Amino acid sequence: MLNKADLETNASIDGGMGQAKPHDSAHLHVAGEATYTDDIREPRGCLYAYVLKSPHAHAKIKKLDVSACSIPGVHAVMTAKDIPGVNDAAPVVGGDPIFAESEVLYAGQSIFAVAADSVDIARKAAAKAVVEYEPLPAILNTHDAIKAKKFVGDTYVMAQGDSTVLKKSKHQFHGAIDIGGQDHFYLEGQIALATPLENGEFHCWSSTQHPSEVQHLIAKMLKIPDHLVTVEVRRMGGAFGGKESQASLIACIAAALAWKSKRPVKLRLDRDDDMLMTGKRHPFHISWDVGFNDEGLIEGIDFTQAADAGMSPDLSNAIADRAMFHADNCYYLGNSKVTSYRCFTHKVSNTAFRGFGGPQGMLAMEYVIDDIARQLGKDPQAIRKVNLYDPKGKLKDRCTTHYGMTVEDNIIADIFAKIEKTGDYAKRREEIARFNRTSKILKKGLALTPVKFGISFTLTMLNQAGALVHVYKDGTVQLNHGGTEMGQGLHTKVAQVVADVFQIDLDKVRVTATNTSKVPNTSATAASSGSDLNGKAAEAACVTIRDRLIDFAVGHFGVKKDNVRFTPAGVQVDGKMLSFKELVQLAYTNRVSLSSTGFYKTPKIDWDRPKAKGRPFYYFAYGAAITEVIVDTLTGEYNFLRADLLHDVGRSLNPAIDIGQIEGGFVQGVGWLTSEELWWNEKGELKTHAPSTYKIPTGRDIPKDFRVALFDGDNQEETIYRSKAVGEPPLMLGISAFLAIRDAVAACGKPHCLPPLMAPATPENVLKAIQAVQA
Amino acid sequence: MTESIRFILNGELREVSGLPPSMTLLQYLRERAHLTGTKEGCAEGDCGACTVAIGRLNNGKVDYQSINACIAFLPTLDGREVVTVEHLKSKTGQLNPVQDAMVKCHGSQCGFCTPGFVMALSTLMHNCKDAKDDDIQDAIAGNLCRCTGYRPILDAARLANKSKDRELPSDVNALEKIQRKKMFAYEAGGAKFFAPVTGEELVEVYAQYPNATMLAGGTDVGLWVTKFHMDLPVIIYTGNVEGLRSIRETAEGLEIGAAVSYTDAFEALAAYDGSMLDMFKRFASVHIRNAGTVGGNIANGSPIGDGPPPLIALNAKLVLRSKAGARTLNLEDFFLAYKKQDRKQGEIVEKIIVPKKPAGVQFRVYKISKRFDQDISAVCGAFAADIQNGKVVEARIAFGGMAGTPKRATHAENALKGQPWNEATLQKAVAALDKDYAPMTDMRASAKYRADVARNLLKRFFIETTEPDVETQVYRYAE
Repeated sequence: MLNKADLETNASIDGGMGQAKPHDSAHLHVAGEATYTDDIREPRGCLYAYVLKSPHAHAKIKKLDVSACSIPGVHAVMTAKDIPGVNDAAPVVGGDPIFAESEVLYAGQSIFAVAADSVDIARKAAAKAVVEYEPLPAILNTHDAIKAKKFVGDTYVMAQGDSTVLKKSKHQFHGAIDIGGQDHFYLEGQIALATPLENGEFHCWSSTQHPSEVQHLIAKMLKIPDHLVTVEVRRMGGAFGGKESQASLIACIAAALAWKSKRPVKLRLDRDDDMLMTGKRHPFHISWDVGFNDEGLIEGIDFTQAADAGMSPDLSNAIADRAMFHADNCYYLGNSKVTSYRCFTHKVSNTAFRGFGGPQGMLAMEYVIDDIARQLGKDPQAIRKVNLYDPKGKLKDRCTTHYGMTVEDNIIADIFAKIEKTGDYAKRREEIARFNRTSKILKKGLALTPVKFGISFTLTMLNQAGALVHVYKDGTVQLNHGGTEMGQGLHTKVAQVVADVFQIDLDKVRVTATNTSKVPNTSATAASSGSDLNGKAAEAACVTIRDRLIDFAVGHFGVKKDNVRFTPAGVQVDGKMLSFKELVQLAYTNRVSLSSTGFYKTPKIDWDRPKAKGRPFYYFAYGAAITEVIVDTLTGEYNFLRADLLHDVGRSLNPAIDIGQIEGGFVQGVGWLTSEELWWNEKGELKTHAPSTYKIPTGRDIPKDFRVALFDGDNQEETIYRSKAVGEPPLMLGISAFLAIRDAVAACGKPHCLPPLMAPATPENVLKAIQAVQA
Repeated sequence: MTESIRFILNGELREVSGLPPSMTLLQYLRERAHLTGTKEGCAEGDCGACTVAIGRLNNGKVDYQSINACIAFLPTLDGREVVTVEHLKSKTGQLNPVQDAMVKCHGSQCGFCTPGFVMALSTLMHNCKDAKDDDIQDAIAGNLCRCTGYRPILDAARLANKSKDRELPSDVNALEKIQRKKMFAYEAGGAKFFAPVTGEELVEVYAQYPNATMLAGGTDVGLWVTKFHMDLPVIIYTGNVEGLRSIRETAEGLEIGAAVSYTDAFEALAAYDGSMLDMFKRFASVHIRNAGTVGGNIANGSPIGDGPPPLIALNAKLVLRSKAGARTLNLEDFFLAYKKQDRKQGEIVEKIIVPKKPAGVQFRVYKISKRFDQDISAVCGAFAADIQNGKVVEARIAFGGMAGTPKRATHAENALKGQPWNEATLQKAVAALDKDYAPMTDMRASAKYRADVARNLLKRFFIETTEPDVETQVYRYAE
């Protein structure tokens, strides 16, 4: 037994809350020892699958004959008619056939799949099929979809007061922006390995953010109960929303072929197939009419958002909803209306991507602020400050969003105050103006933009999570929870929660692969909710076990409950100190259960979608960024000179992981708005489907001077250790980079010019905007 | 009769037979050797998840270079050493300095790109005693990370750079034992692979198999297999032909063997004209430049290869050789039409001769693409003008990305020749460019952007040669 003096020498456990511990797999990543789905040793007799894709954006399938595919080495061919259950891999309302039936709706849609001894054989076999198409006209953009009244969901409106009052404002204007999509470009492509087991069961390794949905969709496809399917995820090589619903198709195809061949089947999409077959961030066309006064105060605003959903609903309705929720960003809109069209196009069905519609809604609002400032000849910061939600200030009534939620803690004013100072905003503004007056070819630009991002799934039901914690006799702990690891450090954070509750070092906690047979009915690891939900569920499981241990100690040692304390030095029982291991062994001997589940559901949220009013979010996460850029006015090329990021994660669970999310999110957001251009030809074929043509940022693209800080402050809500979600919000800090470019472009034109810069700001789009303001 | 492929993999001799010659090193590592640390992210040499170090014997020591395993055919590794991420830990299980720094600096998130970064940086540390930030950026220009935003990876590289222990493990003796003096011939599954070591063997075997695929660095041909799934029944690999791998300074200028890698050629060309450096930095990535060759970049006839425009502007000559002998032609005359070159049956590209730049000639080459690193040009423009006493005596302008081939701007050149180098002449030459080119629209750029940029690059050349104090390039400004 330890004595009391040890308490003082062990002030804290290794890996407790707020410690900047490395990712729990970091030492494996760097050694090439971390196992991804494609690295798992295949079971004996494993087959490899290939999917034949539609070459047409829209066509009737006149004939499909796969009889010639049965060449040596082929063990199964699956078409739509071979599926015993439901031919659909859609997350919510259907519309995503696993294999096309009579019509194809996008170039890249799966027609049928082959399982063979090698991918090469499967590909060669697939080429032997006879598929006859009758090409049909295709709708390829939101304008044509609206004209044809083709939608994947009902048009939806959020409103507050009367937006038509904007017509009475002294200043009014109409504006619009085209916003491009974005490919997730997770480094690990979509993959699944399905194995048939005894008694009708299936096991599936899937690179998915949503194992429970994959489980359910495989069962539905095979017309078997959910309890026959187990889905497991060790880790993903990146996901970013791209494996929330999109992984299901891949897993279903692998499972269908495994079912037919009665052998294990692996389907790994190569990069081109991955980019052609799976959905992306939604392109949007957003237009607005806005009225404002001499101070730039918005008096009325009317947004029209048209989302390019692609060929099916997928998650588009929830995504388009979130674009509406974030149409205000940090600003009180007052008399306002947001109308949202969910446009059907003959393109791959667009899907979740970090920010989930929020970035597009927010970008349009920041564009409006920028336009107001340029028209009034004021600094955009002045316009921002006039329009902020102001729950604590003089204008207490200015705190209700256009969807009826009260903004209780708008901390943007504090964030502005700090970042303007640390980022030397005013001084650099002047320096840049000076530079631009004398520099003939190169022009600089600067922008400061804020982020307010709502945290919770807007479908209230999804805000629940489960965990399973086992304490073993040697005092080590195994943790399993419903969240999946895609690189965001979720497992590390949740393990830190467990270590903290038991006051044991982090290396005593091992997180095991996410598995539907351990924690059932999980929500996707999405909406930045991973640590909020699963951290709380794991905490609940640990508290249950800890309470049992306390009760046991109370009975066993005859002490008062308050005198049993879990400390870094061990468990203190009155004056005695037991190691955690000793107490656990003692409890086991006395037949105390050392395993528990835990459950959590987010409180306070209440969203009435039909009325478009309520509280969809538990809280908001905030941040701001200043970016400085230099632009070449001859070519449109640019280079980011400096960025300052200040972001609110509440009380950080792990600052190293949080900073990683902030920087990575920012750079991904910058990529979305700069070099990442998805380009379809007039036939609806995506021509940017590999890194040779689709350009995500490299190391040289990040700001030369890159400063990142955490905003100091607890979450005012009772989240896990008062932390805040961090996955998505920082992506939108990248908007500052886009508006910095726009600022530099404006320096090429007359005062008050409004550069028509469209997103992404490729060098070509930048040069186009420069030419427009120079004309 | 076939020989087996012999190479050293992580310190062990491997002798391989029975595998198709177009199997990539990555496929071999993952599917045969079960070394799954090396990842596939794109199978086209653009993401770097498959980065490995290749050792090549050079005068009693081993030279290491990073390459993309995803587009390297296995038989090209014959006689080489391959080091993968699994071989970096010490015998006692200690992480190497790059690995250790990556953990300490939180350089991995999802971890899928990490082995590639670790290999790229470990190779850099081996080759460079003190890596500057720019060296680090170059080393990872071909490695994509989607999670971290790179800052922690750059920090990790800076931290690892402080370490003294930076050598890759090498075994010269083992490597010496597997060198060949004669052509390596390999056959499996009906497909043939030849790696001649002399020029005579090369033209001889090409005469014997005139329909063979000529393989140099494989940065293009590799994709025929990994992307287009072509069968290549006969491959002739030029990478071991000593005579094609040398750079010589002669009285006429610089002679660059066709199989000289871009890494090696750039050093020589940068010394030849420093203004090439800006473009070279954004020419593919280190991994691709280590594999890709000057000859291959020309011989494949791509309209968007970045090698030909500057070489044409510098009046480079091309030497072609067959069993019948050699012939020399102007580089620009080699490109007949889109993907059609003046290369007769049995002819190989032997070398490129870059004549000495006459004094007074101003030279610039500019590359424009969506991204700085590892991108294919929307437009690549090269300008060489002999300006004497404010007058253009001679001008050569060549563009890539503006036509079906790399092409000279003869109308613009004529508008400049004999004219004073002033704004009026510039405007005439700029207008003449419209007669020279009718570019196309594709995913890299629209026809309009290409035409606008071509005009503006000529303006940039004018500004840089007449007002040297004016800042014209954003990347140079940021340095």
